[in-house]
Amino acid sequence: MKNKIDYSSDWNLDPAPESTGHIKLKTKYNLFIGGKWVKPKSGKYFATINPATEHKIADVAEAGQADVDAAVKAAKTAYDTVWSKLSGKERGKYIYRIARLIQEKAREFSVIESLDSGKVIRESRDIDIPLAAAHFFYYAGWADKLEYAFPNRQPKSLGVAAQITPWNFPMLMIAWKIAPALAAGNTVVLKPAETTSLTALKLAEVIQEAGLPDGVVNIVTGYGKTGAMMVEHKDVDKVAFTGSTGVGKIIMKSIAGTNKKSTMELGGKAANIIFEDAPLDQAVEGIINGIYFNQGHVCCAGSRLFVQESVYDVVLRKLKDRMESLYVGDPMDKNTDIGAINSKKQLDVINDYIKIGKAEGADIYQPKCKIPKKGFWCKPTLFTNVAQSNRIAQEEIFGPVLAIQTFRTVDEVITKANNTPYGLSAGVWTDKGSKVFNLTSQLKAGVVWANTYNKFDPTSPFGGYKESGHGREGGLHGLEPYLKFD
Amino acid sequence: MSRIEVLKTYKIYIGGKFPRTESGRYYQPEANGKVLGNICLSSRKDLRNAVVAARSAQGGWVVKSAYNRSQILYRIAEILEGRRTQFIEELIQQGSKKAQAEKEVNLSIDRLIYFAGWCDKYTQIFSSVNPVASSHFNFSVPEPTGVVAILAPEESGLLGLISQIAPTIAGGNTCVVLASENKPLCSVTLAEVLSTSDVPGGVINILTGNRKELILHFATHMDVNALIYCGDNSTEIKSIHEAAVDNLKRVMIRDGGGYVSDKYESPYLIYSLQETKTTWHPIEKIGAAGSVY
Repeated sequence: MKNKIDYSSDWNLDPAPESTGHIKLKTKYNLFIGGKWVKPKSGKYFATINPATEHKIADVAEAGQADVDAAVKAAKTAYDTVWSKLSGKERGKYIYRIARLIQEKAREFSVIESLDSGKVIRESRDIDIPLAAAHFFYYAGWADKLEYAFPNRQPKSLGVAAQITPWNFPMLMIAWKIAPALAAGNTVVLKPAETTSLTALKLAEVIQEAGLPDGVVNIVTGYGKTGAMMVEHKDVDKVAFTGSTGVGKIIMKSIAGTNKKSTMELGGKAANIIFEDAPLDQAVEGIINGIYFNQGHVCCAGSRLFVQESVYDVVLRKLKDRMESLYVGDPMDKNTDIGAINSKKQLDVINDYIKIGKAEGADIYQPKCKIPKKGFWCKPTLFTNVAQSNRIAQEEIFGPVLAIQTFRTVDEVITKANNTPYGLSAGVWTDKGSKVFNLTSQLKAGVVWANTYNKFDPTSPFGGYKESGHGREGGLHGLEPYLKFD
Repeated sequence: MSRIEVLKTYKIYIGGKFPRTESGRYYQPEANGKVLGNICLSSRKDLRNAVVAARSAQGGWVVKSAYNRSQILYRIAEILEGRRTQFIEELIQQGSKKAQAEKEVNLSIDRLIYFAGWCDKYTQIFSSVNPVASSHFNFSVPEPTGVVAILAPEESGLLGLISQIAPTIAGGNTCVVLASENKPLCSVTLAEVLSTSDVPGGVINILTGNRKELILHFATHMDVNALIYCGDNSTEIKSIHEAAVDNLKRVMIRDGGGYVSDKYESPYLIYSLQETKTTWHPIEKIGAAGSVY
């Protein structure tokens, strides 16, 4: 095709940076235990950096065994003496307060989130933070209505919940964890991912401001070994984890034979399926959103694209054209589509997979876009000529890398889509309603998006089949993992 | 001269067929000082064959209408009712008192009727339309977990067995069961009931044998989606939890006995073997600003 716009030279937008002057950040953060900021008994701190600039933002405490013990003790005391005695209605009012305070400080949270994680401000401002507030607001209302959610079951709280959240949607995943736990009447020790601690620590300030009783929510920062100490603690009654399937299995092994209840939100390798009768332009937008949203750091990312053979050429052309128009760069710029990769470590993982894809004989395509010199970046990438057995079609990459395969028949694509140990999500694009329901009922996945992708809502249960984990977060279903029944 | 009684060869039940164990082995459980029979001592290979049968049957079972599944469960109860005497005799042979045996058989039949009734109802109880903030139609429904392995209650050879199988298949799962080791007779007869009750071959597979030998093979099998363990041996419970991690099987711990209790009549037993699937679809808003894709 001639006369196409060359986005890398003809389409330069002026910078539109979000201001950062209004945010309040400390240079050093301690642990939030028992309603107070306490220095880590471990004496250790680690730096959290901005992945787009590699500049240090703040030092964050690394909790050791004594710190975890103190946090669990604070949570248990708060559970025994205050929180379990409070009426559901009063619990709910505290959670409503937290929701409102997050709304009031939404822009500050968004800016901090983008600085600390590398995600684009457009997404943290319009998706992550508003949804986090909405989650608290939704679950606040459940606190005094639990018996209606589980008729004839006499729901009761569990006790202390140890919660470990990932770095891809730091604040949102914290909301998914804390809101239902508190509504169900539990107290919490939460550890955010080590590369993205700041919004969790900001939330601790909000929790203080909300006047939540001391120890009901404790936030300890640190690496995986801090998380392991939490999981293995004898006074923990519930473990909730979002992260990789590999780590999820380690956690499940370590709690085997105990009475700890668990929720596991693990990996995925979702199929996004485009039929020849789909509205192709919308489908292409859906593919882009499915895999390049949040730099592809999404457990439910549509990382396997299945295109019906008859429309393969046109879909591929439209997809490549659309990729040319994506802006990769400063996450704080309101025009940016793809921000920074969260960490050097993750960038190495993604680059390894790109090498593997090439070595396996798949064909790579990346747009011409420029990427900044400093920071961690990966161009949006797609592979064609991919075999079902290729590692890039089997394993979760957790980056902006799409593996494209083709199909002819409905049965064939269902078999291919389900041929994975994962079962978190799937996408279907077709204009025919009966085909939508055939697919959505046969795909083995916890969330199926038909003619849309990567949509989230507090009322909508999220979670996987098979090795993508167990338990649901969101909706009425999301309360159950935080309750026990007669 | 009195008639020579014809003795029964006890078999296992895989894919709707009645083979002896491929291993050729047997064991001789006793009750009241008498040997109950030469019971198949199933092997790991039998288990694998049974899982293959259960997996093959899964697709056909889940797409049967709920109404049809309901009628099939009801049919099992009908056929079981017709063979009440045989089950009562077997229970007595295994050590039950007559009144106790009659009660167990009656409850077993009634429990099947109970779960037959749930087949076309639990979906409504456990489904939801979710009021999302964006312009999408969003709903959640339960779907069967898949292939369920059941280590059946040791102390309740018929009622306990049925109390685990009924909610499992009512929810669209297929299953592989290891029957009570010391009270296996009713499980073999139940297989004969199942094969004449319109239950498609492979939906329920029943093995007899040694729990200690097979327990870890049940827990580690990579094509089993969920595992029900009936009993209270904490060492066994810990080891199956650990072994189940490899493919993140859902593990349920249930009682080894006490199935007379009506807590075993609950739709939550069906629900515990379901996955929640949530589906999104855009709603077109004619005349509204913007697009929701």
